Amino acid sequence: MAKREGTSTYPEAKQTEEPSELLRELVAHLRQNRTQLREEWVVRITETRLLTAMTKEEIFAEATSVYDSYVEALETEAFEALQAYARNLSERIIPRGVETHEVVGIVLLLRDVLARSLFAKYQNDFKKLNRILDAYEPAANRIANTVAVGFVQERERVIRQQQEAIRELSTPVLQVRERLLILPIIGVIDPQRARQLTEQLLRGIRTNRAKVVVIDITGVAAMDVTVANHLVQTVEASRLLGATVIVTGLSPEIAQTLVTIGVDLGKMNTVGDLQGGIEQAERLLGYKVETLAEPR
Amino acid sequence: MEVPILKQGAVLIATFQAALSDADLNQLRMGLVQQVVKFRSRAVIVDVTAMDVMDSFASRTLREIAHMIRLRGAETVIVGIQPEVAFAMVQLGLTLEGVATALDLEEGLAYLNEKFKTTN
Repeated sequence: MAKREGTSTYPEAKQTEEPSELLRELVAHLRQNRTQLREEWVVRITETRLLTAMTKEEIFAEATSVYDSYVEALETEAFEALQAYARNLSERIIPRGVETHEVVGIVLLLRDVLARSLFAKYQNDFKKLNRILDAYEPAANRIANTVAVGFVQERERVIRQQQEAIRELSTPVLQVRERLLILPIIGVIDPQRARQLTEQLLRGIRTNRAKVVVIDITGVAAMDVTVANHLVQTVEASRLLGATVIVTGLSPEIAQTLVTIGVDLGKMNTVGDLQGGIEQAERLLGYKVETLAEPR
Repeated sequence: MEVPILKQGAVLIATFQAALSDADLNQLRMGLVQQVVKFRSRAVIVDVTAMDVMDSFASRTLREIAHMIRLRGAETVIVGIQPEVAFAMVQLGLTLEGVATALDLEEGLAYLNEKFKTTN
């Protein structure tokens, strides 16, 4: 595959007139046989069981657009349009579960189909075929490269976006009573998320003027030493803001980790479960919860 | 710049400005420790709301102030530590252990009032 990336056209432009003429001839050939070649390509796609997530009509419609963009990119040697199309296509098909290998696969298939048609056309003129292929191959490789890179970039963008969303969703700081916040933590905590939790909590303490915070980590199965240390630091930082932290729902594994790193238990206020933690917090705040009547 | 020390009932209040030199901090420490007995104050509140960075010297001085005030028979409350500052301090190991803290001046006064009530 061509190592070149991006959309620079300099390497091609430097070459002599001949290859571009050949490319023009090639493009004319591809335009002429558009229907047939496109058909053949779609058949190959279905045969190799690519794009199984899409219907036949959809594959045909996309194939037509890709084919035209492909020929256009060959003709103009400008890859921006193709790149934009690839990104747009990726945006549409990634949510439907189309994999990277499928996208790369179909572009390579098109490359092969077109190469075969060139073989068929120039089979009697081996030298000409060679020169045509010399012009065709680098351009085709660049196209394949562009599409693959575009797809992967789009995928990465989606992943980043989702990570962002998860991160935002995963740090709710909730006020349950005047001056009492709870911070339920669920899932795996990595150092980055831990830092974010701390930031949100400290800011929450300030904006809600909280005096007591209950951090519930029932939903956290385990944490490594770094994150455990971070938790302890969060507790201490909260105290500097004048808030008491109660940690609830420590799993045996986390208890083990905390003991191993030698946490000063005088600083850590821990209660078995969230309910106990909230009750303790209410006591600290001077609330008294009473049942007025027997529940019906 | 010198830190003014205000007397509010039985409480002395010192409010930090943004940039304090080490000399200012030393002066504040001596001022507080002297005045706490002179005015027969029961507590000292140090307000650090304006400080958006806290170096190790400032943090150590705060702790020293608190401990010296205790030896002089009163209590210290540090108020208004910014969230970012709080976490930075903890990461540097400056946790002001044994020193009372509160969200802001109001909270600090409320904390002391509560405390005075129970000890009276």
